[in-house]
Formats: sequence, structure tokens, C-alpha cells
Amino acid sequence: MPLQVSVVSADQQVWSGEAEMVVARTTEGEIGILAGHTPLLAILASGEVRVTQVGGRKITADAAEGFLSVEHDVVTIVARDAQLTS
Amino acid sequence: MGAQLRVYRSKIRSAQTTKKITRAMELISASRIQKAQQRVAASTPYSRAVTRAVSAVATFSNVDHILTTEPEKIERAAIVVFASDRGLAGAFNSNVLRASEELATLLKSQGKEVVYYVIGRRAVGYFGFRRRAFEQSWIGGTDNPEFETAKEIGEAIVAKFIQPTSEGGVDEIHVIYNRFISMLTQEPQVVRLLPLEVVEGVEAPDASEVLPLYEFEPEVGDVLDALLPVYIESRIFNAMLQSAASKHAATQKAMKAASDNADGLIRDYTRLANNARQAEITQQISEIVGGADALVVKK
Repeated sequence: MPLQVSVVSADQQVWSGEAEMVVARTTEGEIGILAGHTPLLAILASGEVRVTQVGGRKITADAAEGFLSVEHDVVTIVARDAQLTS
Repeated sequence: MGAQLRVYRSKIRSAQTTKKITRAMELISASRIQKAQQRVAASTPYSRAVTRAVSAVATFSNVDHILTTEPEKIERAAIVVFASDRGLAGAFNSNVLRASEELATLLKSQGKEVVYYVIGRRAVGYFGFRRRAFEQSWIGGTDNPEFETAKEIGEAIVAKFIQPTSEGGVDEIHVIYNRFISMLTQEPQVVRLLPLEVVEGVEAPDASEVLPLYEFEPEVGDVLDALLPVYIESRIFNAMLQSAASKHAATQKAMKAASDNADGLIRDYTRLANNARQAEITQQISEIVGGADALVVKK
């Protein structure tokens, strides 16, 4: 089952869709999330979040000062300023 | 032209000019409501995600965090009032200001000292006129709130909250804003922001829905440290957006009432003017007839 990913910034939802993998950098280091990950709440360090969509297409988002939550294959990347970089 | 008639005509003209202005303002705010509502809707995913995360941390951790623990004794409370920069919006500003007075009275009766943070020129004017002190104020941009302002306000109140009470810090923070319910109804809303009560009106997660047991990275305390300011900002930003939408709706309603009123005035004065004109004509006729009669009698 694919992950349901949404990237949300303060004033709008930047992107949402299905993905196979999400790689983000937290304050502790890089973390990769696949389907079935345990519920997690992590603080993001500034940097890129890479989302591999179903089918292999990749998108990256710039997320500063935010956090990442994972629960039941729903991944939410929340940042004050977030934009897609590609 | 008779003096009376001239007076009525000038009143009609003045009402017509006023009506043009109020009609224009009505249309402008009608178009702005749409935009403001869209902004409220667009920011909802963010505030929902933040609220959800904060409630997850708060419910599943037994950390003692300054922002979540109720102090033993509350000595000083802060009230953040969201008003607007401009008037002409019916009871919009007086509603929030009245609600803030009520809250202040309540808090004072509980023996708490009250400090104010005010947003919007009208509120600043209200406090200034009554020579009331306020801690800090923000003016400009209430019609179209920026996230930067929310961030500034959030930082200011969180800093004040963290400050020890003996050094002038506050133990409790309340916000008051107009909540946008529909185009016709906006209600002043009083919310206690800090210490945290995550269960809040529309954005609270479903009670039936069980939050999963989270892993935290780094530690629970650090996550809470990072999340809470974000949460406060998002609440404040939401309050500002709601307040902006309510302001436009209130302006539209007030201006519609003003235009309708002007219509009524124009109608009334037109009738009076017609009456006056008719009376004038009648008088002229009777003068002519009277004059002619006088000439006939003389012969």
C-alpha cells in the first residue's frame, strides 16, 4: 500500500499524493519512510524532503522549520515555508 | 423655486452621493470576503496538522512542559484582542472590545492582573482614548494578514509567558477575535491559548478517533519545545484570518444597510419635494386667480 503524503505550509497545502518513499532530514539525521512505518513525530532540520512517487517519479520540497508526522501510512510534512523545488 | 423645495433637492442629492459610496464599499468587501475565506480554507490543513501533532504529544507524554502545565496560582493574564484597522463595519469592533472588557472584568474578579496586546488601529484608538495601557500593539494589515505578523505576535506572547511572573511575565494568555460563521453571522470568540488546552472547537480531532502511539525524534520534550511556538503561531494566524474574513463580511452587511437606508431617504425626500412643488404650484395658481378676481371686482 502506498503512502499518503501531504506537504503543508502555513498558508496552503503545497502538494499531496501517493508515494512509495519519503526521505527527510530531521534534527537527528536523515530518515527514510516506507509504508508500514511506526507512528513518528520528528522535527525537521532545514533541508530537502524527497518524495518518490508511485511509478518512480521524484519530487523534492524545501521545508524549513517544520515537522514530520507519520501514522498509519499517512505522512504529513508541515513547515512554515514549504515549496516544491522541482 | 421655493426655499423648501431647494432644501429637499439638496438632501436628495447628498443621499444619492452617499449611496454611491456605500454601494461601492459594499461591492468591494463582497469581493474581498471570497478571497479571505479562501485564505482561511487554505490555511486549515496546516493548523489541523499542527493541532493534531500537538495533541498527540500532549496526550502521549507525561513531560512537564512550561507551556502545558497549569501554574499553581495565576497572578497575571494577558488578553490579545484582534480588531480591525478601519471602522464602517457595524458592530465588528465593538463586539470584540466588549468581549474583552467582559473577560477583563471576570479575570480581575478572580484577582488576576490583566495586560493587553492589541491588534488593529481601532483597538489601539479605543485603548488610547481611555488612556489604558497596553503591552504591545500591531497596526496595519488586518485586512490581509501576513504570516510574519502572526509569527511576531506569537514570539512576543510566548516570550512573555516564559518570563517569570515576578519579572512581569504572564501566567495565562487569552485571545479574542471575531469568528467567521457565515456571511451574516460573526461571533466574538474567546479562547484561552496558554497554558495549553488542545481541545478546541472546530479543529479538535475527533474524540472517537484514537491517536496512535508515536515515536518521537529527538526527545519528547524537544519535540514539544519546537512544536508549541508553531502551534501558537498557527492559532494566531488562524485568528487573524478569521477576523479579516469577518471584517469584510461585517463591512458588507453594514454598507448594504447604509445603501438601503439611503434608498429610503431618497424616496422620502422625493415625496416631500413633490409635495412642496405641488404646493408651490397651487399657491401660484391661487395667487393668479386671486389677482384676476381682484381686477374683475375693480371694474
